[in-house]
Amino acid sequence: MYNKNIRGPLVEGNKTLSQISKEILNPMETTPGLWWYIAFGISLIAALFGFYAIYITVSQGIGTWGVNNSVGWGWEIVNFVWWIGIGHAGTAFSIFLLILRQKWRTSINRAAEAMTVIAVMCAALFPALHMGRVWLAFYIFPYPNTRGPLWVNFNSPLFWDFIAITAYLLISFSFWYLGMLPDFATIRDRTTSKIKKAIYGFFGMGWTGSSHHWIRFESLSFILGGIAAVLVVSVHSIVSTDFAVGIIPGWHATLFPPYFVVGAIFSGFAMVMTLMVFVRKMYSLTDYITDNHMDAIARILVFISLIMGTAYSTEVFVAWYSGNEYEMFTFFRNRITGDYTVQFWGMIICNALIPQLFWFKKIRRSWIGLLIISLIINLGMWYERFNIVVTSLSKDYLPSNWVSYNPTYIEIGVYAGTLGLFLAGILLFFRYIPIMAISEVKSVVNIGTKVED
Amino acid sequence: MKKYWKSVEEFHGITVGDNGISEEKHKEEFLELFENGLLRKTSSRRDFFKIFGFSLSSAALAASCKRPVQNAIPYVNHPPEITPGKSLYYATSFFDGHEYSGILVKTRDGRPVKIEGNALSSFNNEGTSARVQASVLSLYDDARLKLPTVDNLPVNWDTLDEQVIKDLSGINSEDGEIVLLTSTINSPSTIKLINEFGTRFKKFRWVQYDTVSYSAILEANLICFGKAAIPDYHFQNAGYVVSVNADFLGTWVSPVHFIPKYTSRRKPDSPGQEMLRHIHFESGMSLTGSNADKRIKIRPSEEKQLLTELYNRIAARQSGKEFQGSAGRYDVSEITESLISSKGKSIVLSGTNNVEIQLLINGINSLLGNYADCIDLNRNLNIASGIDSRVEELVNDLNEGKVKALLMYNVNPVYDYPGSGNFLAGLKNTVVTVNMACSLNETVGKAKYESPVHHYLESWNDAEIIPGQLSLAQPCINPLFDTRSFQESLLKWSGNSLSWHDYLMANWEKEFFQKSDLPDFRKFWEVCLGNGVFSYNISDSKPVSFNKEVLSASINSKVSVGTYGFEVILYESVALGTGLYANNPWLMELPDPVSRHCWDNVAAVSPADAEKLGIITGHLIKIGENLVIPAFIQPGQAEGTVSIALGYGHTNSGPVGDNIGVNVYPFVGLIGGTRVYGFTTGKLENTLKQSQLALTQVHHSMEGRPIVRETVLSRYRSNPSSGNELHEEYELKHRTLYPEVNYDGFHWGLAIDLNSCVGCNSCVIACQAENNIPVVGKAEVRNRRIMHWIKIDRYYSETPDNPKVYFQPLTCQHCDNAPCENVCPVSATNHSSEGLNQMTYNRCIGTKYCINNCPYKVRRFNWFRYTNNKAFDFNTVSDLGKMVLNPDVTVRERGVVEKCSFCVQRIQEKKLLAKLENRTLKDNEIKTACMQACPSGAIVFGNLKDRNSEVSKLFQNPRNYHLLEELHTLPSVGYLTKVWNDEEKKS
Repeated sequence: MYNKNIRGPLVEGNKTLSQISKEILNPMETTPGLWWYIAFGISLIAALFGFYAIYITVSQGIGTWGVNNSVGWGWEIVNFVWWIGIGHAGTAFSIFLLILRQKWRTSINRAAEAMTVIAVMCAALFPALHMGRVWLAFYIFPYPNTRGPLWVNFNSPLFWDFIAITAYLLISFSFWYLGMLPDFATIRDRTTSKIKKAIYGFFGMGWTGSSHHWIRFESLSFILGGIAAVLVVSVHSIVSTDFAVGIIPGWHATLFPPYFVVGAIFSGFAMVMTLMVFVRKMYSLTDYITDNHMDAIARILVFISLIMGTAYSTEVFVAWYSGNEYEMFTFFRNRITGDYTVQFWGMIICNALIPQLFWFKKIRRSWIGLLIISLIINLGMWYERFNIVVTSLSKDYLPSNWVSYNPTYIEIGVYAGTLGLFLAGILLFFRYIPIMAISEVKSVVNIGTKVED
Repeated sequence: MKKYWKSVEEFHGITVGDNGISEEKHKEEFLELFENGLLRKTSSRRDFFKIFGFSLSSAALAASCKRPVQNAIPYVNHPPEITPGKSLYYATSFFDGHEYSGILVKTRDGRPVKIEGNALSSFNNEGTSARVQASVLSLYDDARLKLPTVDNLPVNWDTLDEQVIKDLSGINSEDGEIVLLTSTINSPSTIKLINEFGTRFKKFRWVQYDTVSYSAILEANLICFGKAAIPDYHFQNAGYVVSVNADFLGTWVSPVHFIPKYTSRRKPDSPGQEMLRHIHFESGMSLTGSNADKRIKIRPSEEKQLLTELYNRIAARQSGKEFQGSAGRYDVSEITESLISSKGKSIVLSGTNNVEIQLLINGINSLLGNYADCIDLNRNLNIASGIDSRVEELVNDLNEGKVKALLMYNVNPVYDYPGSGNFLAGLKNTVVTVNMACSLNETVGKAKYESPVHHYLESWNDAEIIPGQLSLAQPCINPLFDTRSFQESLLKWSGNSLSWHDYLMANWEKEFFQKSDLPDFRKFWEVCLGNGVFSYNISDSKPVSFNKEVLSASINSKVSVGTYGFEVILYESVALGTGLYANNPWLMELPDPVSRHCWDNVAAVSPADAEKLGIITGHLIKIGENLVIPAFIQPGQAEGTVSIALGYGHTNSGPVGDNIGVNVYPFVGLIGGTRVYGFTTGKLENTLKQSQLALTQVHHSMEGRPIVRETVLSRYRSNPSSGNELHEEYELKHRTLYPEVNYDGFHWGLAIDLNSCVGCNSCVIACQAENNIPVVGKAEVRNRRIMHWIKIDRYYSETPDNPKVYFQPLTCQHCDNAPCENVCPVSATNHSSEGLNQMTYNRCIGTKYCINNCPYKVRRFNWFRYTNNKAFDFNTVSDLGKMVLNPDVTVRERGVVEKCSFCVQRIQEKKLLAKLENRTLKDNEIKTACMQACPSGAIVFGNLKDRNSEVSKLFQNPRNYHLLEELHTLPSVGYLTKVWNDEEKKS
């Protein structure tokens, strides 16, 4: 009597357990379609462009970018924050939805976690590259050294950043990887190829599916989940302190930590949605990632969009209410009006207004609508970071230092390169790792389906 | 061969590793890792670590690289005066034909690295101009001429001398005229030598040629007072100054001499002295106009009418009559009243090279009795002696074939003579031409003989800048190239066997030794060399009398005021001046103090004209028929006028200066025998093509922010902290959560008096020279990446039509609560126990977070490798150019952040000296490079912990404030409010 069919089944089509294994592993066991090769080719070209840009950056210097004496951070930090934001989706999915007992996450969380790992790796590239002397990046490690009493500066948000990102990357990677152990073992057992057996065997770490394994697996998941839950909140809070701790108008705001975390989840979910629209189409997995799934993500997005709108208006309100002339200038004369109106209004329209269309069920159920709006949100979130990083620096305290900032093709190249890497990573993930957590999907196969008396 | 073995394995040919395992075994294990480990169904923790360790160590091996070896070679015979690591200072004089300074040259290990002002030289005290500061770089210029040539083929000196002597005597025997064309020469020994040289020939003429001429002043003074001289202007005695088109703080005559005198009277609080009020009439926006209390725009053609009216009004008032006659566009009655009430204590001057105008100026000044205290013709300035008509005469004679031999020294007429084509044509009519230049220029290669001269830092010389004020110049380095001083050549060619050094000494013994009270000449010579200067009293000649008759003619001559078209003014820029140093990258990259652009000359147009013609900054405009130049909208430019800087558009000056900007010397006109730096045209077109200008500041308003705080004298009198009320408010709000840092001993601070700073930019170049700051080039300046550690911000207020201008030197504020320090992840920037905000270059990884978080944006990033990088081939690529680097300051690597260090190397040097001498540091003993170069004394550095130090006193001054003090960054730099003099003089 409790199994009322409110949300519809989580897995449609009355699957048997072996059918689930087979269908989920299908992309790995069959040759991918032409579209995969085309997409992979494009992503490789983008990645090559990125490698070229990185080579130029490292061999010639940051001077090949458009940043200058006043705007010390440009696209690279915009992109860093943007990727980190996207990298919030996986963990948020796994942990928050786990805590909230949202079982529908099972068919999505693997892909979301993979996305997280790849996005965080893309993100981590930027803080490294933006260093003038990347070859000395190890100075940021707090390790005992022979250079006298030199120690890192524990006051610096960049150091916190470094710790937070490293921790986040390690935890989300472990979480993702360890979650895959049973599936790797499944592949190992199913495959006939010797090489595959060796590789998946190595990564499967000798999983046999014994009760011992399952008990340890469960408890490890809980431990890592517990840590990751904190990290989801802390990482972007700390990234936000890069700005909030600064003295620059438009940066120096106590609102930033929650605003950044929510923004990050917003962009992460939007990216998950973009990805899922493709995955369910391309791999015919509509039975697993159902319309209900997409609907649920859209509902979350519309809710977060409201929070974002509130945050934007709060920022502007506080700038006005503080009476601080520098803040007022930044918000009213360099964002709402001025040289950077496109980015500001782009941010408002893409993040606060357009997602409101998700109030309509028709749009929530249309894959075109979902795709377009999710892409718009990602664009909007990019604008938001651009607003924060660049507009604040371009016109700060002394008008003699005011400049405008334009990226060079090298900066664009690095960004394109990370997009390429991201896409390539995702495509390889589809090809070599089960898209969904098979064992978990199996555990929810009956939820929402009619129970025979 | 006998075989030795130390183990059985070795005997059997099995090599054994240190730990006793055979390498074969090693190999096996290694392969096992791949073969076995990966193929096993399970993989162990050990496998994981093996793979991990292998990848890491192979990556580390692959990444290792080598550094090039550089050798330092010690002295074989150690010169006794040189202690490695210690600087030696030589007193010498700078005179390049346009500008003079008594200087000290800092040499390190035998090479000059920095120029300082000579405190014993009363002419400029310690102040130096940007060009003098930069002159040390010209010593190490690859574009210098390196050896003598005949017909552009290298020869040795003997060959050249032989041929020149033969040619000259040939001409002399045929009664041909020999002409020596030089820049202005104020060296008494050289003048004597030239005269002696001349007497050897039957027909000899010496013509002095000034690129930018003061001929009209010389001629007017000859007419009025019988003395062709540029008077000295004693601004320190003046209470009221009216200047017309004379940028005496920027380029006119000798700014480095005028600035200290002028600023000494611009202090609102100096006891017993009234603050000077300055009225300035001009067309373009000059440095002087920016500093004037009242600036009035005129067109150049209106000047004469204006001065005539002023003269007539003053004359009428003095004779008790009412002024009769037509009044001009500007009401000068108030100025007349003020001038009359400050009679004898005022200066009226004009920078226009027009005899009639200069006669009027002389008339006004003598009516006002200014020749007693304020304008000194007796102790005049020997800074320019060229008479334009004589140069014209020479060019005519050249073309008529009258001149058979032309010897040129330190002139570049092919570039800067208005009719250079004419000159070149005339040159072909000569039999012998000798060119004596130091560095590549357009005239080089046009003469038969090239006899390259030493740089002034390699030569002996003397100078008499003011009658009775002598100075010596001595070599501070062995000649770098196969060059010879000009005087040495003259001696050789006149058959004199004395060396120039001996000649100079002999002359001093004869002429000046008796004027000193020292017993023997050797001593006298040593003292003079040590001091660099020697002065003696000259008798005051009879009080000058003014010849009134000459005035009537010029007053009555018709005045035509331009009513149509555009009047173009050609002026010297503060950075490049006449263009002599166009190949000096420091000067090329020095932003113009007013327009804040560099690496180009532009046509400054008024905002009103720009609107009319649809011009925006950067548009290429066509003036007249063939002058195409980028436009620059200059607030304060008079409508209907266009100002263009001279000195650009070189074609043969070296890699830096060539093809930068447009040469406008060909547009210099000639009226009544004097050169006119301007022309009139009816045609000004906008070609609508864009040119990329290197602007270093693009926003000009303070946006109502309290950045430069100002007041006027009348309010200052009642309240010295007027305009600075915010300071007290913020001081009261001073709170901190953290324990306040207590500095014991030293707390370094810098006070900048915005009222004294005229914005001359010499601190910028002094800092560049001292701190090895790289030049980045036009493209990088355009990218807003100029590296200067100190820059002079310029703000405008009021209307763009005729704005008030503010200058604010901006450098690292060394905040005690520095926002940059706590954001650096690796603590590369930190606070010293003496209050310095210091950069540890070795530690910096270049996150640029500090740059972002600095509210003053004074930190600079090394965007590229600027040293040994062909893309930045300015002065840090060639071995020669690198000789200018100061060995006390690290050359920064690519990717690190740098900024003003308060010249920490100088602090350290003096601290160590005091310690060695077992004494405490004296106030003002440590001077930062900017402070030392500043001609106006606007910058004061010292210890804030010492309540009696000058800087502490300035910090207590009610005018003192800190920039952005509302942020509570607690800067160690203080600014003193700008006080304008708004009070007209009343009798």
